[in-house]
Formats: sequence, C-alpha cells, structure tokens
Amino acid sequence: MTTQIFRDTSTDLNHRAKWWTSRIAIYGVLVVWAIICLFPIYWTITTSFKMAPNVMKGNLIPWVDFTPKWIGWKSLGLSPDTIGAESTVRAEFMKRFWNSAVVSLTSSALAVAIGSLAAYGLSRFSYKFLWMKNADISFFFLSQLILPPVVLALPFLVLYKELALLDTRIGLILLYTLSVLPIVIWIMRDQFGSIPTELEEAALVDGLSIWGAFLTIIMPIALPGMVAAFILSLVLTWNEYFFAALLTSTYANTLPVMVASQTGSQGISWWSMAALSFAAILPLIVIGVVLERYIIKGMAAGAVK
Amino acid sequence: MSNGDLLHVVTNDNISPRRKALGRGIIWGSAALMAVIAALQTLQVTGHGDFGFVNWRPTLYAYCLWATCLCWAQVLLHGEHGKRTLFVLPAALFVVSLTVFPLLFGLLIAFSSWNLSSPDGRQFNGLDNVRQMWADPFYWNAMWNMVIYCAAIVVEYAIAFGLALLLNAEIRARKFFRVAFLLPLMLSPVAVSWMIGKSMLEARYGPLARLGRFLGWDTPSFFGTPDIAKFTIMAMDAWTYIPFMMIMILAGLQAIPKELSEAAKVDGANGWRNFWEITFPLMLPVSITAILIRIIFKLKLADIVITVTSGGPGGATDTVTSFIFREYRDRSNVGYGTLLAMVYLVVIIIGMTILMKLAERWTRPQT
Repeated sequence: MTTQIFRDTSTDLNHRAKWWTSRIAIYGVLVVWAIICLFPIYWTITTSFKMAPNVMKGNLIPWVDFTPKWIGWKSLGLSPDTIGAESTVRAEFMKRFWNSAVVSLTSSALAVAIGSLAAYGLSRFSYKFLWMKNADISFFFLSQLILPPVVLALPFLVLYKELALLDTRIGLILLYTLSVLPIVIWIMRDQFGSIPTELEEAALVDGLSIWGAFLTIIMPIALPGMVAAFILSLVLTWNEYFFAALLTSTYANTLPVMVASQTGSQGISWWSMAALSFAAILPLIVIGVVLERYIIKGMAAGAVK
Repeated sequence: MSNGDLLHVVTNDNISPRRKALGRGIIWGSAALMAVIAALQTLQVTGHGDFGFVNWRPTLYAYCLWATCLCWAQVLLHGEHGKRTLFVLPAALFVVSLTVFPLLFGLLIAFSSWNLSSPDGRQFNGLDNVRQMWADPFYWNAMWNMVIYCAAIVVEYAIAFGLALLLNAEIRARKFFRVAFLLPLMLSPVAVSWMIGKSMLEARYGPLARLGRFLGWDTPSFFGTPDIAKFTIMAMDAWTYIPFMMIMILAGLQAIPKELSEAAKVDGANGWRNFWEITFPLMLPVSITAILIRIIFKLKLADIVITVTSGGPGGATDTVTSFIFREYRDRSNVGYGTLLAMVYLVVIIIGMTILMKLAERWTRPQT
C-alpha cells in the first residue's frame, strides 16, 4: 500500500467541481426549456390517441398509462380503418389543407419573386420616383411591416365584396403577399448587398443584359437567401388566421380557420381537436426540423450588419 | 449607398420617336380604358343606366391591364433605364395599390355609419364615431392592455438573451436544442391556443392544472381573474415568439469575435463582468432591432386572444385587434371598427417613430 504521490491540489479539485456545477446548470436549463417547447407538441400527439377517460385522468404516456386508440384520427377519417372509406370530414379537411397549401405557397412565391426584384434594384441602382430616393423607397416598403392587419381588414372586406373577391383564394393570396413582402425585401436586400457588383460588371462586359445578369449570375448566388425568405413567408402565411377568418367563409377557408371553428359547438372532443391541430402543425414541424438552417439564416439576415 | 448607382451601366439607347409614341400610347390608352370602365360602373352604381356589370371586377381588370402597360412602357420609353425601373416598379405598384388605396378608402368609411347587414348602406356621420370612441371604455382598455403586453417584451427579451447565451456556449447536441427551441415559432397560433390554451390549461384535468395542484395551488384557473388571464395570454404569446428573438440574438452573439472575451478574461474579468461590459454593449444594436421587430409583431397580437378568451374576462385580455374583430363580428359595424383601427394606426406610427428615434440615439457610437 503506497500513498498516492501525484494528486490534484485542492484548487484543482475546486475548479473541477465548479466546472461540473456550471455544466449541470447549463444542461439543466437547456433541458427544462426543451421540455417547455416540446411538451405541448407531445401532448397534442398523445391526446389525439386518447379516449375520454384517458383525458379525464390525465394519462401521459402511451402504452404505460393508457392504450392508444385511433378515435381522434377516426373522427377525421384518417385512421387506418377509415382511410379507404368515404369520409365527409376528411374531404372537408383535405379541402382546407389544400386551400392553406395553395394560398401559402403561391403568396410566398409571389412575394419572393417581386420582393427579390425590388430588393435587387434597390441595392444596385439609384432611383427617383417623384421626391422619393432609394432610402425613402426602402423605408416605404419596410414601413408596411408596422401596418397592423386590422387597419386593412375592414376596408378590404368592403372592397372585396364589391370586387367579388370575398371568400376566394386570390383575395387571400394578394393580402398574404402584401403582408410578407416587407420581410422578404428586408432579407433579400441584405443578401444582395453582400454580393459584389463586380460580378454583374463582368457579366455586362461579356454582353449580358442587366436582367440576364440578374437571372443567370446573381440569382443562383442569392438562392439560399431566397429559400430562407420563402420558408419564413411560408410559415407566416400558413399560420395566418385573422384575415382568413374575416375574408373567407365557406369556399376558401384555410386550416387555422377550421381549427378555430371546431371549438365551442357541443363541447370539445379533445381527441379529434388534437388530431386536427396536429395535422395542421405537422407540415411546419417537418419544415422546421428539416430546413431549420434556412429559417435561422433568414431571421439572422436583418439582425446582424 | 444612395450616392449614384453602385452598378454603372453605360448604354446608348436609340429610342425612335415611334417607339416613344407607342410607349406613351399604351400608358394613356390603358388609362383611358380604365377611366371609361370606372366611369361606366360609377354611373351604374349611381343609377344612371344599366350596363350589365355584376361587380367591380371589370375595373379591377382594367387596372391590372394599366399596371402591366405601365411596366412595359418603361422599357419602351427609357430603354436600359426602364429595365432598371422594372425591378422596383412591380413591387411598388403592388404595395401602393394594396395599401394606399384601401387606406384612403378606409378613411372614408371611418367617418361613416355603415352596417353591412343593414340595407341602408353607407351613411356619412361626421365625427359621431370619434365621439363614440372617446366614450368607449373597452377600446381604451384594449389600448392599455397593449401597453402592458408590450411591457412584457422586456421579460421575453431577458429569457431569449439567456437562451441565446446558452446556445452559444460550448454544449453538446446544439443542433437538437436549436431545433427544439425554434419549433414553437413554427406552430400556428390557433393550434397553439388549442393545444395550450384550451387543452393543457383546462382547469379540471389539464396537465398544467394538475401541476398547479401538485405545487399547492388549490383551484388552478388560468383565465379566472383578469390578472391571471392576462398573464396566461402573455405567457402563451411569449412561448411562440421567444424563439424569434432568441435566433436574432444568437446570430448577433456569433458575430462577436472570440478574441474580445478572451482579452477580457486575460485582463481578469469574470463571467459576469465580461457579459455586462463586453457582450451586452456589443449586442445593443441587435437587441434593439430584435425588440423593435418584436414590438411590431406584438402589436398585431390577436389570434390567441380571439380563439382562447375572446377578450374575457371582462375585456381583461383584449387586444385592439381582437376588440375590433369582435366589434365587427357582433355588430358588423364597419365604420366604427375602421375608425378604431385608424386611430390605432396613428398611435402606432407616432409610438414607433419615437421609439426608432430613441433607438437611433442609443445605438449611435458615443464619442
């Protein structure tokens, strides 16, 4: 039995203890917040497989606390045994889903298209419309962000009524494009600003027109930024509720309106609501997990100069 | 950036007079067409004849035609310069026609009594709406609520900053945490209000009510009293939007060079002082941008309130948007609702201008 000769001094040990506590604290906070973020999603998924008594008892873990049943999904017509059969609820759901998809995809694409063009123009040329110079035009576009939707909602309601655009997808697409356009311009201006003008100069010398240079040289470089802007617009338009609730009634309803309209009548059947909510958020969860890089890029674009 | 073109293009455009004439021709031609159609439609509406119009669509189509011609004519008239204008013009036309026109129209209806369900149609009623607004305690209550909701952003900001710092630290599974923290932002507020507001906060058997009881809160009710209800709405909104601020702050943190904090460490600054004297001041511009954008989003808050509490109890959770929404839904009074929205817009513009001026002063490098 020999005594240990080399050993940590008390300061070293102290240091290590401190390191461990800080590690534990950091991971503790991270895990707690991750639970706060993920638990509602988990709750929704599990609730969609519960039956009434399970909800009442507050069972949490499937197969341990309760046996999962397809009851919630059956009421949507999306469970394994009803997926083959005719279902009016599913038809309704698919219609809303389709509306949401068409409206959000089209308006995001439109916003990215005209928004990038405008951002490119503003980052390269100096304009003068009446008294407005470049900075004023940029500010004019970005200031649309401040405009609360409620200010436009009622005039649009009346105008759309006159134009027979109420309860149409086109009407929603126009408004959604308008509402995400400032964000797109904001992100894209930053993107184009970081691309050196020498690229176009070279292209122009080689005989391309300015639009040719934009389409063949600049756009491929700025594509990641455009994807980021597109995804961000997609998230915002997919989730939009206010305009959809005001301006659509039967034909062009989007998914959020359907989710909101389920509550209230004859008590809430938690399981089917959970199934519906989950189906509504699923596309975005997938996008969030797969394309997280782009979303972060998009949001970071304007923040850091 | 505004001093001259960044991209110098020298072209010699030979624009023939005929081409110029064509350009002017299509602008004015389509404008005339639009004017004629609009005039005919106005005549029909005022009852001076029937031209078989069912709705105002023809005018809309004529407007679209005019807008297209305007864009096309830019190239015809100005050649290469016109092509440059073409980059900005579509977006500008789009925004102008979709905001300026409705806003002007909104001003018109703001000073009229217009119940969409009554057959009388629009009636100009001068300042009656203003008087009604002045005496409407619920509207001012909603305004005050917005102030409180905006004040909550300070707390959101603190949490977001803390989380961003943690994500920026040396941790494992960073990607997992980043995705997990980002997810709430992706979810639709309506689904969130169902998931959290209605289901998890259900007073009898929701998991959070259970947790509350477990922690010794006898009768957990999250929307019972005005204060608690307000707090719950704030918390739900914060849950959705904290990721947004977090990402922006994280981007800012990652742009700070590591050398700075290392130098501070060598100089003997501990973590706390390092944060307050290096990180926080450097993050000030990003923080202010994030907070300003967050305020803008906060001012639009409505979905959660409409679907979870519809303003209750007693208007305690009302936001201006949800209040106007119900004003329209319950009474379909377009005129009064529009006036309220216009007043809100004016207040927002004044408030944001002041805030932006202040922000500019704070972020200006101090010499």
